[in-house]
Amino acid sequence: MNLFSSNKTAGSPSEEGLPRAMHRRNFLRFAGASAAATTLLVVAACNKDDDMTTPGGSTGTSVNLGTGDIGILNYAYALEQLEAAFYIQVIQTQYTGITAAETAMLTDIRDHEVAHREFFKAALGTMAIAGLTPDFTSINFTNRASVLGAAKAFEDLGVSAYNGAGKLIKDATYLTLAGKIVSVEARHAAYIRNLISSGSFANSEVIDANGLEIHKDPAAVLAIAGKFVKNTIDFSGLPK
Amino acid sequence: MNVLHLLTEIEKHDPEVYGRLDSRRTAMRQFAGIGKKLAAAAVPVAFGSMFRKAYGQTTLTVLEVLNYALTLEYLEAEFYTTALAKSGLIPAGASVSAIQTISTHETQHVAFLRTAITAAGGMPVAKPTFDFSGGSGSGTGPFKDAFNSYQLFLAVAQTLEDTGVRAYKGQAPNLLGKGDVLTAALNIHSVEARHASHVRQMNRAAGFAPTVKPWITGDDPGLGTNNALVAANYAGEGTVSQATINITNIGGQMISSGAASESFDEPLSRDQVLVIIKPFIKA
Repeated sequence: MNLFSSNKTAGSPSEEGLPRAMHRRNFLRFAGASAAATTLLVVAACNKDDDMTTPGGSTGTSVNLGTGDIGILNYAYALEQLEAAFYIQVIQTQYTGITAAETAMLTDIRDHEVAHREFFKAALGTMAIAGLTPDFTSINFTNRASVLGAAKAFEDLGVSAYNGAGKLIKDATYLTLAGKIVSVEARHAAYIRNLISSGSFANSEVIDANGLEIHKDPAAVLAIAGKFVKNTIDFSGLPK
Repeated sequence: MNVLHLLTEIEKHDPEVYGRLDSRRTAMRQFAGIGKKLAAAAVPVAFGSMFRKAYGQTTLTVLEVLNYALTLEYLEAEFYTTALAKSGLIPAGASVSAIQTISTHETQHVAFLRTAITAAGGMPVAKPTFDFSGGSGSGTGPFKDAFNSYQLFLAVAQTLEDTGVRAYKGQAPNLLGKGDVLTAALNIHSVEARHASHVRQMNRAAGFAPTVKPWITGDDPGLGTNNALVAANYAGEGTVSQATINITNIGGQMISSGAASESFDEPLSRDQVLVIIKPFIKA
């Protein structure tokens, strides 16, 4: 089921609709006060709001994440697309010397990331950005250190991204969903880190002197993630 | 903590924020400038005092969340310091090193939360007297050997970490729109998840839980004979439906129900958690 729009006719962003004065952000805040049922109505209305940047309407290699909570969800969807594509490749072309236990755990992680990707795709429906084209040319998939180094980078980045985006979210349901996913990413990160260096599951690279994870805002995250994707990701509409 | 971001974010929702914080906007701007230079440790003090003046009722809710978190962190911190003080409980080398890392973080969380609560005009709750046997003060509860048996110690540690993740997650909606307070809570939440993952790996490596994974499969604690003792801590983790979307085989992908449940961790409410930890607090 589509969380935001099960209405098949709601996909045309250019239709005339509600007054422009009713800014999209207010829709989302209103949506936060209610459950998914109301969200259907609200987002159907958003589709007619010509204030918004249209996600999924990208041309060529540029992808616009959109605005408000939808923009944040597309931001998460972009990161999950990258992670899923990465682990699919890891399992398809396993590195030299991989153990059975590593194969099992990395397959689990692949499935989790695919589940996250598909969840965001289904939830966003017509608001979802297009599929990204990954660029993993910097990764040597036959080499354990190269693969695990990239996995560590992706997982740590994912955790820091969700943590940094939390305060930009307006809807409590979306915030909780992000929370449900970020802790799984942190579990992955701790596992991958231990594979590289036992006991490095939560070291000072990622945890500060107060015992808090170091978070990143979207600009910092996409500066890193952008190296692994051929598309240009336009995040200018994201809340600041 | 970024005070400037916090103020900017609040201003979007509440254009009167500067007026609430201080009738002299210029003074607030000066403060914002100073905020850039404040040491990290001083920032919770700074923003806490602003909130105390500005938002009476909101502060109360945030304080309740922070004091609840503090209670959980007291529990975790004392559990690990007690275990580390017990000679021979935790094997030397990587095991004790990992538990020291975790213990340090929990102690840091206690200090951080106490500072933030005090700064927000609140009174940090006192540390309860704990009964880690889970016997409500009798010392004879089901976990009475947690500091004698490494296996039971790791079982309790895993359960505490997994429960801590659920507890923080459950409070995220209460901190919606609270800017850097929410960020701080999220930044603790993911650290607890890293701990949980690691303790699960320790449990597996030690042979106590040969099939347990770094993530939670279904609502199975993965602790074998100790599962029954901690069932409530894992209740509800097995859900495979998120926002009415079924994750199993989602989008035509081969996602098993186990993987579907692993992919999302589930929250617990404060009431649920308080029921769970009640036996660990001496009445």
